[in-house]
Amino acid sequence: MNNIIAMPMIIPLLTGIILVFLRHNTKTQRVLSILSSIATVAVSLVILHQIQQEGILRLDFGGWLPPYGILFVADSFSMLLVATTSIVTGILLIYAFSSIGQQFEHMFFYPFVFFLVAGVNGSFLTGDLFNLFVCFEVMLLSSYVLITMGGRKVQLIESIKYVTINVLSSWFFLMGIAYLYGTIGTLNMAHLSVRIAEVGQGPLLTVISLIFLIVFSLKAGLLLYFWLPGSYSAPPTVIAALFGALLTKVGMYALFRVFTLIFYHEPIITHTAIGVMAILTMIGGSVGALAYNDIRKIVSYNVVIAVGFILAGLAISTEVAFQGAIYYLIHDMIVKALLFLLAGTMIYLTGKTKIEEMSGLIRNYPALGWLFFITMLSLAGIPPLSGFIGKVFIGQGAIESGSFALLIVAFASGIFVLYSLLRIFLNCFWGETIINEDDDVPLKKGMLVPCILFAIMTVAIGIGVEGLAPYVSDAARTLMNPEIYIEAVLQGNR
Amino acid sequence: METLMTILVGFLVMIAVYLLLSRNLIRVILGTAVLSHAAHLLLMTMGGLKKGSAPLLGEDAESYTDALPQALILTAIVISFAVTAFLLVLAYRTYKKTGTDNLQELRGFEDE
Repeated sequence: MNNIIAMPMIIPLLTGIILVFLRHNTKTQRVLSILSSIATVAVSLVILHQIQQEGILRLDFGGWLPPYGILFVADSFSMLLVATTSIVTGILLIYAFSSIGQQFEHMFFYPFVFFLVAGVNGSFLTGDLFNLFVCFEVMLLSSYVLITMGGRKVQLIESIKYVTINVLSSWFFLMGIAYLYGTIGTLNMAHLSVRIAEVGQGPLLTVISLIFLIVFSLKAGLLLYFWLPGSYSAPPTVIAALFGALLTKVGMYALFRVFTLIFYHEPIITHTAIGVMAILTMIGGSVGALAYNDIRKIVSYNVVIAVGFILAGLAISTEVAFQGAIYYLIHDMIVKALLFLLAGTMIYLTGKTKIEEMSGLIRNYPALGWLFFITMLSLAGIPPLSGFIGKVFIGQGAIESGSFALLIVAFASGIFVLYSLLRIFLNCFWGETIINEDDDVPLKKGMLVPCILFAIMTVAIGIGVEGLAPYVSDAARTLMNPEIYIEAVLQGNR
Repeated sequence: METLMTILVGFLVMIAVYLLLSRNLIRVILGTAVLSHAAHLLLMTMGGLKKGSAPLLGEDAESYTDALPQALILTAIVISFAVTAFLLVLAYRTYKKTGTDNLQELRGFEDE
């Protein structure tokens, strides 16, 4: 048995439960949460390595063999995302230590972060559609709590919208599951794929697949992103960074999984729909990123643009494009976390949120300015940084398959990302400083260190992409050839 | 029986949508509760409604009830219970903080 693949979910879950009881003991909470993050990272790297040796791993809970029981399946794609999630969370926790404040730490901040991570990792690992729903709900309930934590007026109002829209999308999810169970009679993803391949993906199944498209688009912010900028700019910096880095990625993962493994027979309908939605998302995100003067809003709209860009890879649906999308997913988790942290730090230092109210920050905080510069280049896809490789592969895939509309919009959106961030950079970092030496807020080391760690990671991924390549190409190969996944799940049972 | 249940589900969804579109926060929450019950009923219906047999499939069993939809619904009910409880607390806190439960008046707020 491969009990190890349940660990990325179990470790955060147990840590969260233990931390609930250590509510008033801030020091212990911090030490335990860092130790647990390190353990999760280590375990996920071990599993990732093991997959390269032994192929896709699976764990049947309670010994119920698939397709009858619930199971966890770890392939390269899911484990890459689990590993990135764990690393990003660990670094964000370091930022939380110096920024989140006693009040939050006593109000179960750490437990809920870990419950969130448990939900996220569970969603990446599960091989059962209903279990995916449950893991989504674990993640969402924790995110509801985190978004309202602190209880400021704007948070409460934004979270009403956020919760309601997510309840609605969960309802769609249940509907989709009910219809699928009614027609196909199974919920195991590999088994679903086999049965749909047998009976053919008729109009009924295509309609069901579109229900799933709506559900996951709502979670990922693909076209249906209207809730995203408001709710991502309301909570404290760390929580916003956690959301921006992780939550939309789970929706994207689910889209990739469902539309490469289960509903891949009618690409003219489903993948065209995804392509059109991706184009509209990139356009809408670009407009939003240019329209606002509030840093948090600009940063949130940058999340939207990235969603469109990554799902362009799914719409193109060739192995090269999948590789690009996976590289870009990993890159985006890291750099979006960094971007949210930098934006939050700027707001913390100046007390202002509008870009025209800041000026000359690079004179007061040179390190922060240079970090922002690196982030900007990385998001724009300048070569030695991590955003480059993903863009190249998605571009190559688009040219090979002749999807020129996607190609043009995807690369134009890159220019808008660059422009929207340059606007922040020029307004806030350049120019005369307007901060007196007297009320110069010192930049805490605990805030700078995580940003530097993220910046090192984006440079390291950009330079050391060769090291990542075998994992990513294996992941893309599995996405392209669903029979590998099916084989691993349904083959003669160990 | 299945047709009747499906119509009932549609009816529940209709009520839920009406409630969701109203301006009163409590009505919206009740709407989400009704909506999730509609989904549960749909799950049950899609699993097939059979009368009087045990959820056991033996060698000589003539019919059996599919137990999986029940398991799914149980999980879904627990989740929707938790979410509804959370939403109610959220609505209460929002009312305390803003002095209104009218969604129209919650728009266009200024940051503190």
